[in-house]
Amino acid sequence: MTLQQIEITADELKHLVSERAHTGETMLLNMGPQHPSTHGVLRLLLELDGETVVNCIPDVGFLHTGIEKNIEAKTYEKSETMTDRLDYLNTMGNNLAYCLAVEKLVDLDVPERAQAIRVIFAELQRIASHLVWLGTAGLDLAAMSIFLYCFREREKILDIMEMCSGQRMMTTYFRPGGLWRDTTAEFEPAVRAFIDTFSKQVDEYEGLLSNNPIFLDRTKNIGKLTGKDAIAWGVTGPSLRGSGVKYDLRKEEPYSGYEQYDFDIPTYEEGDVYARYRVRIDEFRQSLRIVRQALDKLPKGPFRSNNRKFVPPPRAELGNSMEAVIHHFKLWTEGFPAPKASVYVPVESPRGELGVFLEGDGGPKPYRCYWRTPSFVNLQILPMLSKGHFVADLVAIIGSIDIVLGDVDR
Amino acid sequence: MNSSLQPIVSDLESTFGAKASEFRGQASVVVAPDKIVEAARSLRDKHRFDMLSALSAVDYWPQLEPRFHAVYQFKNMAQKLRLEVRVPLNGNEPQLDTLIDVYPNANWHERELWDMFGFKIKNHPDLRRILMPEDWVGHPLRKDYPLGYEEVQFTFNFEEIDQRKPRPKD
Repeated sequence: MTLQQIEITADELKHLVSERAHTGETMLLNMGPQHPSTHGVLRLLLELDGETVVNCIPDVGFLHTGIEKNIEAKTYEKSETMTDRLDYLNTMGNNLAYCLAVEKLVDLDVPERAQAIRVIFAELQRIASHLVWLGTAGLDLAAMSIFLYCFREREKILDIMEMCSGQRMMTTYFRPGGLWRDTTAEFEPAVRAFIDTFSKQVDEYEGLLSNNPIFLDRTKNIGKLTGKDAIAWGVTGPSLRGSGVKYDLRKEEPYSGYEQYDFDIPTYEEGDVYARYRVRIDEFRQSLRIVRQALDKLPKGPFRSNNRKFVPPPRAELGNSMEAVIHHFKLWTEGFPAPKASVYVPVESPRGELGVFLEGDGGPKPYRCYWRTPSFVNLQILPMLSKGHFVADLVAIIGSIDIVLGDVDR
Repeated sequence: MNSSLQPIVSDLESTFGAKASEFRGQASVVVAPDKIVEAARSLRDKHRFDMLSALSAVDYWPQLEPRFHAVYQFKNMAQKLRLEVRVPLNGNEPQLDTLIDVYPNANWHERELWDMFGFKIKNHPDLRRILMPEDWVGHPLRKDYPLGYEEVQFTFNFEEIDQRKPRPKD
């Protein structure tokens, strides 16, 4: 048996560009997948008339890791480590979405303390993700110093994550039924110190960019998206709110106790790159509000469920309880079974609606786990937004829809 | 089931012969493959499900009737409703109508269905692979597609290892 070969000819791709490209009147330019301004391994095929974009054809999949397929071969608990690797700037958020889906599928309770800590980390992660976005999107528009400030602050958040989970980025801190460990004693003072300094830092960022004439010139009226188009194309997150649609899953379908916290959803009507920038800057402040409230009323109590059929017993019990040894052994060798049914759980990631579709088949491994990732859906509007703009503006538009290629390609 | 979702599900049942079910408060209806475009149009225009939130599929191999379920997640933003629509598809080379005319963002989702499950999407303007390379053989998320390690092939045993490599049954 010889290897099957599939021939791809250029003719099959001809319908993607205009007639003018066939005659050589417009130029075809390959941008990426190693271009620094595509925020990862995104490849764009550009059809250019002079410096104006006529057509933009995204080519994704360079970071495809087959995580959905791999999850089908592992138990519910062991699959979770891979969810970190999807959207590597939103690891806590991915863990949260996955854990919520598993908990819904098997009907598992989560103690209040665990829920509150989850909210704190999810919001800190949102700030960290927006900081990377602000730094890199600013860098694309030649604002060098903001990048350094943003990464300095992000490092403080990663330190807090390391303090509790042992890892800066690939945390796997949330587990089905609660958390891996309780937070450390230094956690609360560290978070308070961070939120106290960070609210002033946000003002500093705004001082650098919000009224900077070069920045305004590069972002206002660029990449306009109307609210109607955004909904039709399934765009969610700050890109949707920048188009004037007040839609945030933390308010719409509250999960993990978000209904207890008082916060606003920033929206801007313009739908351009600048509006999306303003939404994310405002979200820094709202996330700080949520973290502060959650810290103030952080409940005491267990940090994970006491349901031993799904959650392993504490290490200390293994020495003197036979039952605990059995549960521990069963959970780490066989895993726990989930019913033959499916759930779809959406959460608000820093980029939009992150949904997990999880189907069980009665056994200990997921039968199917589908990730509705916001970057994948939001990236589809790039050709529409970039038509008629300069190549330099295309860079600003890619930055403004905030994609993470690990999230696009999965 | 949510009280405002009940009349919508009843309407789908009477108009499109849909079958409804519920699990942990999430409503799901099964719609026949030839009715899905009309059902989606009615969901969008009549019941104000303005967003196609997600589109994916499940493979029930070795069962062949139906072998696949295409799973649509629709979102009604005004009334905060979600509805799952499942479309059963028989056989190894299933065909599915495109939903691009109703929800334009179905485009990439359907390319992913073709890439990962091998659904022939009818009337799709640009049905190419999206995540896997263009010259890839097989559809990775099918259940008969092997997931496992690769033996290292050298020049002296290339053919021998090639013989026993698991392959997708296309």
